[in-house]
Amino acid sequence: MPLRELVLEGAGERDLTKLGEYREVGGYAALERALGMDPGKVIEEITVGTLRGRGGAGFPMGRKASLIAKGSPNPTYLVVNADESEPGAFKDRQIMGTVPHRLIEGCLITAHGIESRSVFIYIRGEYLHEFEVMRAALEETRGADLLGGITIVLHRGAGAYICGEETALLESLEGKRGQPRTRPPYPPITGLYASPTQINNVQTIATVPKIIELGGAEFAKIGPQNSPGTAVFSLSGNVVRPGNYELELGTSLRELIYDIGGGVAGGRELKAIIPGGSSVPVLTPEQLDTPLDFDSIAAAGSFLGSAAVMVIDDRCCMVQLALRVSKFYMHESCGKCTPCREGTRWLVQLLDRLEGGQGTQADLDLLDSVCARMLGRSLCALGDFAVYPVSSYMEKYRDEFQAHVDEAGCPFGGESSVEGILAPVDQHSHHKTVEVPA
Amino acid sequence: MSTEALVDQIRAIAEQYPERESAIMPALHIAQERYGWLPPEALCEVADALELTPAYCKAVASFYDMYHLRPTGRHLVEVCTNVACALVGAQQVVEAFEAELGLRAGETTEDGEVTLRAVECAGGCGYAPVVVVDHRYREPVRPENVPAIVEGLRRAP
Repeated sequence: MPLRELVLEGAGERDLTKLGEYREVGGYAALERALGMDPGKVIEEITVGTLRGRGGAGFPMGRKASLIAKGSPNPTYLVVNADESEPGAFKDRQIMGTVPHRLIEGCLITAHGIESRSVFIYIRGEYLHEFEVMRAALEETRGADLLGGITIVLHRGAGAYICGEETALLESLEGKRGQPRTRPPYPPITGLYASPTQINNVQTIATVPKIIELGGAEFAKIGPQNSPGTAVFSLSGNVVRPGNYELELGTSLRELIYDIGGGVAGGRELKAIIPGGSSVPVLTPEQLDTPLDFDSIAAAGSFLGSAAVMVIDDRCCMVQLALRVSKFYMHESCGKCTPCREGTRWLVQLLDRLEGGQGTQADLDLLDSVCARMLGRSLCALGDFAVYPVSSYMEKYRDEFQAHVDEAGCPFGGESSVEGILAPVDQHSHHKTVEVPA
Repeated sequence: MSTEALVDQIRAIAEQYPERESAIMPALHIAQERYGWLPPEALCEVADALELTPAYCKAVASFYDMYHLRPTGRHLVEVCTNVACALVGAQQVVEAFEAELGLRAGETTEDGEVTLRAVECAGGCGYAPVVVVDHRYREPVRPENVPAIVEGLRRAP
């Protein structure tokens, strides 16, 4: 399966961060066409194209737009979620860094479609270089009078995974701590500044110009019927050629990892695959032929998420991996909901005990029980994201968890690839909580 | 930058937003650039510029990892130790920096020059292990690259 570049198209050959170069490859022609269309027609093309959100949830963008409150006395806002923070994902960084104008063009077309005059792009704080590229591109667009009276504000985040959650992002953009809101109401009704708001991921918006160029019906013919189009897959971990690859949805995991990625590095054996960033359930080598699209990955028991595929070889201890991932979610839990705030701490303590050789059979049962009690019990999905890795590793690599109890320690004997990995929470001592009873 | 200039700059940024409070994050970034961290006077200046309270500004700043409420070294070295980097040797990179700088992750050198931190996923998983030096990405970094990076920081003006 060859690359199929729609969003990253042309970026390999030209410096598309420059307006002149982007226009030479037809840039901003889709905007011109869209501006000649009725706003409702623009959204209709996106709906016909069945563009599903590329940020993680896969919700159809056209349907989202159709939910925007009509007749509100408040302005309508477009917010672009560029707070890419899912471990394993680095696609939005490449889109902003190499095809910033395609994102800006997508913003302008979408703003026309939802009749908004005001766009905010919330860019992950760590992505300083990409912020600067976007700022320069926006300056050029403004200089060339392409904005048509629409304001685009680039807003830098400051390091908080939770702000990738749409309502936390809105809180953060309003100048508050980034804690998720209770829903309903949903953002299309009551979003930014209590106004109707469309929120989409970078790649979703950057795909919009292509839909306008081809027309929704033509776009819908690319890839599988229910997940048309492409995704920029972020391939990482123990693989020969890691990197971003834009492919048609529906490409199999095997094609991505072996044909494109060159297979497992160092001739090691494949042990596990995380198909959509660290928050999704793990897949096993037997599932390599699963097509990478929203529905197929869901049928395999996981999520396509942000299309961040992590390859894990046989040197990795799954208990250590679960512990490292759990420390991440403990660090990033915003603390608003008790099951997530306390549950993430319990997971870390139990896994730590298991890895340290003090774990008992009762601790394994307790891990299962904590996972079950956290699932679906918090306002946003972070509480679930903390559970999916732990519960799926336990389900699929149960023997390894059991061995930690039976052998009173790690069966890898210090040889695991993630042995002793430091987590940022280990650097702070002020996060002490009540200990899980022995 | 004088306090007046800082306040003026923050107020200019605030005009981009329908509501002034939205400018708190860019304001905190600017104030931190000026002081190297966010001392109480910086929080007071941000509060004055946006007509908020210093306590509110601290409440917001403390939520986000990139705002420093304690002094950091003149240079900041951040090593990503999340899954993708961990799988390909991030711990060895952390240890190489610890040895070269004579400290533990989370600490600052005695001369106040360099702070070393482990950080969560920096978004460079395909070019791992990722090290971020003064907000600029170095990808990939191997333990053997560490002495040259530290040497570069020691020479930096």
